[in-house]
Amino acid sequence: MTVLLENAPIAAAAAVFLLGVAMVLRERHLFRTLMGLSLVESAVNLLLVAIGYRHGGASPIYTLQTEEAAEKMVLPTVQALTLTSIVIGLATTAMLLAFAVTLHRTRGTLDIDELRSLRG
Amino acid sequence: MIAFLQLHAPALAVALPLAAAILLLALGNHAKRLAGFLFLAGLLSGACFAWATALRVIATGTPVDYVFGAPAGAGPLDNPAGIALRIAFRVDALGALCLLPAALLSCLAGHYSCASERVTTGGAFFRPLFLLLSAGVYGMLSTGDLFNFFVFLEITSLSGAALAAYRVDGGLATEAGFKYAALSSLATMAYLLGAALLIAQYDALNLRVLAQALNSHAPTALDTMAMVCLLSALLLKCGAFPLHQWVPDVYSRAPGGVSAFLLVSSQASLYALFRFAFALFPQFARLNGALLLLAGAFSMFVGVTAALAQHDVKRLISHHAVSQTGYMLLGAGAGLWWTAGAAGEGTLATDALASGLFHMVNYALYNSLLFLAAGAVIAATKRRDLDELGGLGHRMPVTAACFGLGAIAIAGLPPLSGFASKWGLYVTSFRLSPFWAVVAMAVGLMTLASFVKVFHSVFLGPQKEEFASVEEAPKAMTFPLVVLAVLTVLIGLFPGWTFDRLLGPAAAVLTGGAQ
Repeated sequence: MTVLLENAPIAAAAAVFLLGVAMVLRERHLFRTLMGLSLVESAVNLLLVAIGYRHGGASPIYTLQTEEAAEKMVLPTVQALTLTSIVIGLATTAMLLAFAVTLHRTRGTLDIDELRSLRG
Repeated sequence: MIAFLQLHAPALAVALPLAAAILLLALGNHAKRLAGFLFLAGLLSGACFAWATALRVIATGTPVDYVFGAPAGAGPLDNPAGIALRIAFRVDALGALCLLPAALLSCLAGHYSCASERVTTGGAFFRPLFLLLSAGVYGMLSTGDLFNFFVFLEITSLSGAALAAYRVDGGLATEAGFKYAALSSLATMAYLLGAALLIAQYDALNLRVLAQALNSHAPTALDTMAMVCLLSALLLKCGAFPLHQWVPDVYSRAPGGVSAFLLVSSQASLYALFRFAFALFPQFARLNGALLLLAGAFSMFVGVTAALAQHDVKRLISHHAVSQTGYMLLGAGAGLWWTAGAAGEGTLATDALASGLFHMVNYALYNSLLFLAAGAVIAATKRRDLDELGGLGHRMPVTAACFGLGAIAIAGLPPLSGFASKWGLYVTSFRLSPFWAVVAMAVGLMTLASFVKVFHSVFLGPQKEEFASVEEAPKAMTFPLVVLAVLTVLIGLFPGWTFDRLLGPAAAVLTGGAQ
């Protein structure tokens, strides 16, 4: 039971990741493709945070810690990576949405099959 | 002062273009002359520092380490805890080899874009994006840190997609940009997933620390998963079969100067692919070597057959970009295969990888030459269909001559640079199995056929009436063409010098011949 509970975040990340990839591959509306991409991003962020958790560790904030807790401080590398990745994900999503708006303005549709004019 | 600049050169190569990009954004549409000056200053200073670092590495033969925020001369592990806490750059002979053409092309393509965009759109929106792209490429080539590489990969992906799309072009360029950005973001997420799997096991991001940790024991299942994620992400970013579908769309719809530099950013991904496959996962050398050989052979074949059927001049060259990437994968695949072999095969591995790297440098020069020349033709005639173009050799002699030299180089005819590196690839892949050499030669012949067709239908034949008033491209656009053409000829004439000074040490970094 504890094994299941401990690995639950990782299983959730895998499930969300696969859902996102499935959406990117299957959906025909551009916005839904973008939603799928966001899901993939969230899944990877969830995994990063999950692997950064240390049981019994203390958060690395020096001002509020006792001597004893300072011994157990966790190096927050993964958390820093996750923050960076969230910001990058925001930028990617914003840019892709801007592309989608431009596509709708110039071509009048957001259906992938109707948009596909670059071939061969 | 000079000592300070020399010490911080690896960081300044990235920081100065970034700073210039931010200043340009702040300037917006004001102070046009100042903006133009800032753009060139950012590009040139970044390129100078990248060159300075690369030349220092090549001249001294020792890698340059730069640890952000650490005292001068400290290595990434020099702290009380003995763990790699800070972001570290490391430029070795391989990184230096890739920095040289990247820095040169950032200046040439930037210079060209200033002129060509003035002619075609009158806008200068591309400038901050171009600076960001060059900063990202230098970062990818200099970093020694798995996550830092991810950040630079995202910077190049985002700015590259925006550069490909900013002209809109009735929605066609936006479509290409969307495709590029969406696929890139899937690839970078796969990359981050792979990185997360490695961090979870080894608590390290520094590439050298990771390489040691990974190879101190038999690979775990998570290592294998991480490898699949990392390598397939980079395979997509470098535009190789079976993940090459974005290449023709993006390269053909982006403006000429932009496609020339986007190609450099794909090369930076290829550099990382080689580095990861050789340094992080040598225990899978046979498997990865075989996969790279297959991916290479298919990329070569699929790219060139698709190119034969094309009528759009830039799309045709873009398909050849896929095909040429295949050659580099072939060289690296053969090298990787041999690193796992008997002790005597070490020099074979180094030779094969060096030929692949040689082709990478040559390809960056001649393929961007072709893109720039095609862009000049499209800017002058407003046409891109081979059936409509013709007889332009009369009106655009310089462009025609430079395109001709680039075409001879890509087709692999002596004495130009393409011949030198393809010859090396034929010889080394023949040693592995004649099959690979035969595929490479057949693709070489098809490339030749394709470029005979292009050159003939664009530049040869009688002058057409509708092109009677076409003028040669402005000097700012032909200057980069001439520089690249001269370099292609020089490398072709002196391949031995390039091989001994640059390629041998670079390949030895990965195949274990040195350090």
